[in-house]
Amino acid sequence: MSIFDRALLEAVLLGAACGPLGLWILAFRQSYAAESLSHAMLPGLALAAIAGAPLLLGAAGGIGVAAVVIALAARDRRIGADLAVAVTVTTVFGAGVLLANTPEIPPKLADILFGDLLGVTDADLIAAAVLALGTAAGLASGHRALAVAVHDPQAARALGTNPARVQAALLVALAAAMVVAVQGLGNLLVVAVIVAPPIVAQRLARTLMAQVVAAGVVGAAGGALGVVVSDRLSLAAGASVALVLTFAALLAVTLRSAGGEQRHARSPIEALGG
Amino acid sequence: MTEELLRTAGVRAGYVPSVDVLRDLDFAVDAGQSVGVLAPNGGGKTTLFRTLLGELTPRAGDVTLDAPVAAVPQGDHARLDFPVTALDVTLMGAYARTPWYRRIAKADRERAEAALERVGMADRRDARYGTLSGGQRRRVLIARALLQDARILLLDEPFAGVDRTSEERILHVLDELVAEGRALLIATHDVEQARRWDRVLCLNGRQVAFGPPADTLTAPILRETYGAELVVVGDGDGEEAICAPHHDCGGH
Repeated sequence: MSIFDRALLEAVLLGAACGPLGLWILAFRQSYAAESLSHAMLPGLALAAIAGAPLLLGAAGGIGVAAVVIALAARDRRIGADLAVAVTVTTVFGAGVLLANTPEIPPKLADILFGDLLGVTDADLIAAAVLALGTAAGLASGHRALAVAVHDPQAARALGTNPARVQAALLVALAAAMVVAVQGLGNLLVVAVIVAPPIVAQRLARTLMAQVVAAGVVGAAGGALGVVVSDRLSLAAGASVALVLTFAALLAVTLRSAGGEQRHARSPIEALGG
Repeated sequence: MTEELLRTAGVRAGYVPSVDVLRDLDFAVDAGQSVGVLAPNGGGKTTLFRTLLGELTPRAGDVTLDAPVAAVPQGDHARLDFPVTALDVTLMGAYARTPWYRRIAKADRERAEAALERVGMADRRDARYGTLSGGQRRRVLIARALLQDARILLLDEPFAGVDRTSEERILHVLDELVAEGRALLIATHDVEQARRWDRVLCLNGRQVAFGPPADTLTAPILRETYGAELVVVGDGDGEEAICAPHHDCGGH
């Protein structure tokens, strides 16, 4: 396979895995967690690069350490979860930038921050394929539990679902997806492939299942288009994928709110209606 | 011979150590009985329901349930921007008994359709839950509870903010459910409406009274239940119309 083919395959697999996952992340209103997790990986990535260890290991370690620190800080009621995440992530990210700027580090900071789709290895492709299959299987088997936990968390237990456990499992899946995707898309851009496809899918499809599928299709198509655009215009691959996806999201939001004004105008009245 | 479905004996419950939100619960509900639950805000209604649902373990005393319990919450707690239809929400009532690797049984799908028909929502089955009116959402949640196979139903303010059509439909369904031999606990602020249930349970951090409406909906007991929140309106005939503030007094 050529470098281009590998990059294309990696982008398609990551898009297909992260899109549907992102739909649930958005449904749980956890996009801040997604953003935070990606930043929290940086010191781990930098350390792995310095040590010459696989970046995948570094990313997993970085997320693990950040998760423990956030959990410990959030236990203090005076701090609270949001503040704990904000402080931890900023500290960790700062430390990561310092580490990444040390002379010993082989790759440039930019490679860690923005990824290197053109440099994906066989191992990266296998990891992405496993991620795509695992995410599809996990989301399909957990579909009902996820739907109940989002729709009616208060009643979820009586309906046989533990919403806290569902949300925790989703965050673990998100962390796994980021660890795999960071190699290709980078620390800063990986969020785009999680958040942008579901924004488009929510405006394309009506039913929940259709939105999940659409998010995967949009993620994969956006990934492929991004790689093609980067190849034709000689742009950075990760940035092209991120830009294509966020542009699609912007377009979807703009078109839908222009065409959907009637619907929006009705909702406050519907909300008030008995 | 009556069949007892639910009994509490000396129950105390709360969230923070050594602070009881609710104590002295001692009541029993038979099959085919409806109980109006009257309580001021913070009076322990939610704590009672959570205890009966098994979400909160009582600190003392016993809760005996001889049938499955389901709750019909106030529908506005649910997410309204989530793309699920009335039928999807109703089918959630079958999730607990459907293993994750199985599809929802055909029989359950048919029952979900029948439950929606019963609450008068069959024609809106494909409508998004978030676009339904408050009363329609309440009816869908009742359909969901019906699919849960629960013989004990806990209804949280089923008539609050509900249009007249939905109120009549809900009342009709509740009467049918009682006639089928289910036990209903209906939290309400409306004292007048509480008169139509078989029993009334008055709570104010503890069980103030439990019994037939004629024995419990008296001025002294309601005063004890609602305390300073109570509004008493004399109607000139020596009788008092009593209601909790900010709520419909049934035309008085």
